[in-house]
Amino acid sequence: MKKDLRYLGTLGVAAGAAVFAFAAGAAETGVTDTTIKIGLVQPFSGPASAYSQIAKTDQAYIKMLNDTGGVCGRQIDLIAYDDGYSPPKTVEQTRKLVESDEVMFIFNGLGTPTNSAILKYMNAKKVPQLFVATGASKFGDPKGHPWTMGWQPNYVDEGKIYAAYIRENLPDGKIGVLYQNDDYGKDYLNGLKAGLGDKASMIVAEQPYETSDPTVDSQIINLKASGADIFVNVGTPKFAAQAIKKAAEIDWKPTQFLNSVSNSVGAVLKPAGLEASTGVISAAYLKDPQDPQWKDDAGLKKWHDFMDKYYPDGDKTSSFTIYGYGVSQTLEHVLRSTCDDLTRAGVMKAAANIKDLELDVSLPGINVNTGPDDFYPLQSMQLEKFNGERFELFGNVLDGASASN
Amino acid sequence: MTAQQDIALPAGRDKTADRKSGTAMLLLSIAVLAVLFLCPLFLKNFTVFQLTMMLIYAIAIMGLNLLTGFNGQFSLGHGAFYAIGAYTTAILMEHFGIAYGWTIPVAGLVCFVSGFLFGLPALRLESIYLALATFSLAIATPQILKLSILEEWTGGVQGIVIIKPDAPFGLPLSQDQWLYYVTLGTGLLLYWAARNLVRSRSGRAIMAIRDNPVAARSMGVNVSLYKALTFGVSALFTGVAGALAAIVVQFVAPDSFTLVLSIALLVGLVVGGVGWLPGALAGGAFIVFVPNIAEEVSKGLSGAMYGLIMILLIYLMPSGAGGLIRTLADWQKRR
Amino acid sequence: METFFQQVLGGIATGGIYACMALAVVMIYQAIHHLNLAQGEMAMFSTFIAWQLLQWGFPYWAAFVLTLGISFAGGFLIERVVLKPLENAPVLSHLVIFIALYAIFNSLAGFIWDFTVKPFPSPFGTAALFGEGLIGAHQAGMILVTLIVLFLLFAFFRYTRVGLAMRAAAANPESARLVGIRVGTMAALGWGMAASIGAVAGIMIAPVVFLEPNMMLSILLYGFAGAVLGGLTSPGGAVFGGFAVGVIENLAGTYIPVVGAELKLPIALALIVVVLVIKPNGLFGRTVVQRV
Repeated sequence: MKKDLRYLGTLGVAAGAAVFAFAAGAAETGVTDTTIKIGLVQPFSGPASAYSQIAKTDQAYIKMLNDTGGVCGRQIDLIAYDDGYSPPKTVEQTRKLVESDEVMFIFNGLGTPTNSAILKYMNAKKVPQLFVATGASKFGDPKGHPWTMGWQPNYVDEGKIYAAYIRENLPDGKIGVLYQNDDYGKDYLNGLKAGLGDKASMIVAEQPYETSDPTVDSQIINLKASGADIFVNVGTPKFAAQAIKKAAEIDWKPTQFLNSVSNSVGAVLKPAGLEASTGVISAAYLKDPQDPQWKDDAGLKKWHDFMDKYYPDGDKTSSFTIYGYGVSQTLEHVLRSTCDDLTRAGVMKAAANIKDLELDVSLPGINVNTGPDDFYPLQSMQLEKFNGERFELFGNVLDGASASN
Repeated sequence: MTAQQDIALPAGRDKTADRKSGTAMLLLSIAVLAVLFLCPLFLKNFTVFQLTMMLIYAIAIMGLNLLTGFNGQFSLGHGAFYAIGAYTTAILMEHFGIAYGWTIPVAGLVCFVSGFLFGLPALRLESIYLALATFSLAIATPQILKLSILEEWTGGVQGIVIIKPDAPFGLPLSQDQWLYYVTLGTGLLLYWAARNLVRSRSGRAIMAIRDNPVAARSMGVNVSLYKALTFGVSALFTGVAGALAAIVVQFVAPDSFTLVLSIALLVGLVVGGVGWLPGALAGGAFIVFVPNIAEEVSKGLSGAMYGLIMILLIYLMPSGAGGLIRTLADWQKRR
Repeated sequence: METFFQQVLGGIATGGIYACMALAVVMIYQAIHHLNLAQGEMAMFSTFIAWQLLQWGFPYWAAFVLTLGISFAGGFLIERVVLKPLENAPVLSHLVIFIALYAIFNSLAGFIWDFTVKPFPSPFGTAALFGEGLIGAHQAGMILVTLIVLFLLFAFFRYTRVGLAMRAAAANPESARLVGIRVGTMAALGWGMAASIGAVAGIMIAPVVFLEPNMMLSILLYGFAGAVLGGLTSPGGAVFGGFAVGVIENLAGTYIPVVGAELKLPIALALIVVVLVIKPNGLFGRTVVQRV
């Protein structure tokens, strides 16, 4: 009770300050008449630094925006810091952005443990934690964390999509799962189990691996020994590729499902061997630039132009640059639609009110949709099968949330 | 990482010189203390947070220094004890609703016991083998914390979120300032304890083991017991630091306690000065601020910058900040 | 039983990786009596150089030999330029230098060649050999190369003047200096050779784990573990240790219930520590008599 009273007092002071600020004509933190300051924290160093390509793409996109006149008549100042994928460092860098650099909001922070570490802080400070780069399902909770929003389809939903396909087409199969032993791997596994429901006993073997494992050979041998004829491969690119290669080497020929994190032809299937990868089923929500069917695609053309001009060192075969482009385009949309209300609350409101936004890099029919009760911008995926040269999409666009039954 | 004698302090310094430069040192200490006490009142909360982290790392480095600097045992795995301390606090607060203040001594105790138990088999291992054993400990820590059978307690890979405490008794301090003073108080208390330990009879035994284990044994020092106890005390310090870190960062997760942390503590120890307790402060500052400086210089090459700064520092002061200050003091005296 | 057999074979195949790295560890230990924490990153960097040479169109074996030469020169130079000035600094300062080198090589490789995984060609092909392909042609080739390097190293330390001088210089620098051995040159030579062996290891390992800046992160630990288990003074022991670590790890992951699969590395390491507690100098290491 006493505490409440004190909060009331603080509120009074804050309100007074707000009124004063308003009277002085000052705008929201981080916003001036000419600039909008945004913060970003990603691992530029350390073992997870491969992901920083996303941040670099974000930065390049913002540069493109600024070169073409900015948004809302303002230039965007994107301040990026490195957290090395270490949660304490994320807290430090985020606080630096919010309290010292005084950014308007934080955009596209990467990783589950890192974003978890600042979740409470951001919501207490009422600073938007926008479009976090992780598919963990906990970053889409409008009631509990109204200032935090994800972007990509979450891992649980994708697991359910595979489960639905398996139930329908391979009802007598035995499933072996290889998964990374962290939140990402476990979310997939849980989604798969939830989707299988009463048929969860179809899973005959689960083999975890650690990112410190040099190879996953031992796990693949065990999966083969379990007699599984369906292989669900929940690995990051390097391990996913090793798994596909090893399975072929030991003559194990199950029906293979490959999680979307690793469905890049250039970074995974080519190193694994195109022949060994033939027949792999995956799910996608973004276009694969390696895929010849998008050769004349208008959206990807824009992405190619962007890459050539603003991020020439960037890896065009990596899904990270596609990802960064897509998420930045969503950000651009949000900012443009809240020009008359450039406040933190306004940004959140705009982010929670996107209707059928088509991205240049997302698959046809997969659009960004949010609402006050729906903080998962992208939720649909489409299955695809690798034909030895490229992925061929098949079936309908599937919604993970409805794939479970 | 070879023979233990190599870590020993430069020996044979005469006592009178110590006393002369002692006054200067005392003045310096008072100045540093005054700055430490006053600065949070004038700084932004974020900077206070950074300084708190610096103090926390300093406490952890102090623990490592007791083990490495004074007892001659290597540890590439002190991050493990830091993690145990942090998780003890987090679990006590989250699952048992115990107030944060009480969890800190408990965390210290738990770490003392773990350190002692780890120290027992490690006794038989010397230099490189001990390095490997502790290195393994550092690698194993995040994997054990993630273990699915412990998930109910540790929160698995998701970790545990902690509520940050307010200043008590209606003190006019922000949460960050309050935690800063809690950390500073704990740090000073531990520093006082470490200083007394090093100067005590036990302390001399500990150092005798470092300088020459065989001779120490023949003089009747129970080498095994002292080595294991030192490991325990060292883990206690580091564990308390971990507990404070959990409260200040408000979050624990396996990814916070990787090999990188253990390595950082070791680097901090060397930068601060092996065998010189106040050096921990310099080491803590290094861990918190140097990566940021490296990042400012070049984002793409921040790792390389960090490495270059390290090499440069070692060139400038091969025995750490402690060595530098001693050299300066000697130079002053000679003038 | 079939699984057991397969896991042992699989363990030997992966163990070949560790054995390769363990040899590089023994080499540097024999030369300077230190473990070099940056050794894995140096090997990774060498492998990237080889990859770059291949991209430029060099034939495989030319690139291989050239990389070995560059690595030797690089290792030699690092000792001369970075470590020589710190000859008399405490051991822990050297350790920090190793950590610094680690950070520099890792960061540089990421900066130059970025972090996407790259396939690396094998000179032995990828055909399955036997045991339903549990050991592929490349793995068999890698084990063969490891054994050749082992033989060369053994002969070098046992029968050449330089090898003997190097061991003497590392074991007892003062006495070595007295009998006219140039201790500094020996250390630099040791660094160069260790870098070359690391390059061989990297080139052999990359086709299995794929090439990227963090590929050696854990392999170095396995290499250390293998070398320490077998005995740091014995190249043969180190190779045996490498294979043993691979097999132990696979069996722990397969047969220890509940925690085995999640903790296969910690369990393997714990076992090694137990071995060390019983035999403090490793399985095949010489006991060092300490003087008071």
